[in-house]
Amino acid sequence: MTVLRDLLRFSPSFRWGAMFLLVVLVLAALSFVAPYGPTERRVVPNNRPPSATYLLGTTTLGQDVFWLMTYAVRNTLIIAGLAVLIGRSIAILLGSFAGYVGGLTDRVLSALTDTFIVIPRLPLLILISFILRGNLSFVSIAVLIGLLDWAWPSKRYRSQILSLREEEFTQTAVFSGMGRLKIILREHLPFLIPFALADMVSGFLFAIGFEITLAVLGLSDLSTPTIGTMIYWATYYQSLLARRWWWFGAPIAISILIVVAFYLISTTLSTFLDPRTRLKNIAVKAGA
Amino acid sequence: MGLLKSYILPRLLQWLVVIVIGITITFIIPRLLPGDPVEQTVRRVSSTSVTDPRALEAFQNAIRDMYGLQGSPVEQYFRFWARMLQGDLGPSLSAFPTPVTTIIANGLPWTVGLLGTSIVISWLLGILLGTLAGYYPNRLWSQVLDKVLIAIYPIPYYILALALVIVFAYYIPIFPLVGGASGRPGLTWSYISSVVWHSFLPALSLVLIGTAFRFIIARALTTTIVSSNYVQYAELAGLPKRKIIFGYVMRNSLLPQVTDLALSLGALFEGALITEVVFSYPGIGFQLYTAILQSDFNLIMGVTIFSIVGIATAVLIVDLLYPLLDPRVRYR
Repeated sequence: MTVLRDLLRFSPSFRWGAMFLLVVLVLAALSFVAPYGPTERRVVPNNRPPSATYLLGTTTLGQDVFWLMTYAVRNTLIIAGLAVLIGRSIAILLGSFAGYVGGLTDRVLSALTDTFIVIPRLPLLILISFILRGNLSFVSIAVLIGLLDWAWPSKRYRSQILSLREEEFTQTAVFSGMGRLKIILREHLPFLIPFALADMVSGFLFAIGFEITLAVLGLSDLSTPTIGTMIYWATYYQSLLARRWWWFGAPIAISILIVVAFYLISTTLSTFLDPRTRLKNIAVKAGA
Repeated sequence: MGLLKSYILPRLLQWLVVIVIGITITFIIPRLLPGDPVEQTVRRVSSTSVTDPRALEAFQNAIRDMYGLQGSPVEQYFRFWARMLQGDLGPSLSAFPTPVTTIIANGLPWTVGLLGTSIVISWLLGILLGTLAGYYPNRLWSQVLDKVLIAIYPIPYYILALALVIVFAYYIPIFPLVGGASGRPGLTWSYISSVVWHSFLPALSLVLIGTAFRFIIARALTTTIVSSNYVQYAELAGLPKRKIIFGYVMRNSLLPQVTDLALSLGALFEGALITEVVFSYPGIGFQLYTAILQSDFNLIMGVTIFSIVGIATAVLIVDLLYPLLDPRVRYR
């Protein structure tokens, strides 16, 4: 908690990031008090530009863009959060296990991980989504994205565990008879947390980008409003050609806001928590 | 001999393993998932007219043969490999009977040209700018560049490409909206210049993201290298700045960059896919997109397999270049 307070005080980037994040979260929370349901159509006159009654205009299907966007933000955040949870859990478990156990298990797992890193995800995901078309819910999209994003982070967690394994406290724990799993969870996990935070945020960004890509290609659950599906429907109804910029401009602007917010927060947090940069800052201050 | 055994052979083995596993996954997925492409195709065709059930059955068998779905899964697997090793990826269903390989071959030069130039430009530019910015971190241009590129980096690629196309091809119509080139194909100046003109925006979007990524990495690497003792010694010894930056700093930051290049080739291919869809650029990605729209199962499988093989090979090539750059690998 003191970390957050210090960051807010001393780092302008963090302040901007936190402010943007607050805006995004408020928007998502507003979706619970929206006057229209997420899939209702023809509730307002269509194709109106932004005005006092319709803050961000209306779509061709007769939905209010502003309230639609609150649903979109909420759903996209849920999808990304679920994907990150699944992907990073697999990554931490596999990476820590491989790093700690070592030996042949480690070699096999690492070779497997390397293979999965190289395999291009988008064509695979397109293949899967194409076959499942019509049966996709937005939870299954989240699961799919999560299942494809564990390889690269698992390598990083493994290298962290490798260095932690040589520490004295690990030896003490082993000699005291602590079980392997317990050592990983109790002793090593706290050290992984700063890295995990920054890593989760980048996983978040990847999941959001991927969800948008899939939806725009038409391979997602098109009836649920997410940022990607909003863009899909906007292009479907030719809002670009008809100069109805509000329908596709809103999701684009919001997605930029979300990613910049998360990115700023993650970089400032990781630079702050990394002891080496902290030492460097202290050295610079002392020298100057 | 030592190098061959300890370095090249494992890499070749890994290349094979990646391809085999990747293709096996591509093979397994359609058979595991609940949708049935044969059913979908038959339903689509027979929904518009009444057909003789015997004709339908013959049609179903023909489709099944084209998809390679007769026999037990093991038989299918081996037939799959046999066909593929002969270079036969089946006929494309929407452009029947053009073989999938022909369609891929048509789109390949466009994708490779676009990707190739974008990778080269963004890699060089990113490393150069990143190293310079890392070496002179307190100059104004370095800080401005830093903020700008960090702002560009997290933007999802699709959004960036869409923004570019909206602004520069629609609202301010400088660049063409669709297509790879205009005019008759040939080695004429007008055709070649139209190719360059059409590829400018897509290449720009790829280069922007690529450069931002490499810039951030290069700058972080340079900051660590700059504080090392051999660089400090060179500075104290009064060596010309150019020699220090290029000979000492950049040389040492190249190695992680090369590894990163290998690993990000996959991401670049995904980026090229989205680029081609947004800019309607006639490469492999665009073929994949039209295949999705037309439910052309064979083409989708073909492009997926092709991209797996292509990326694995590119990674192998970059990995094999590694000993040329890092003497420590050579003499281990």
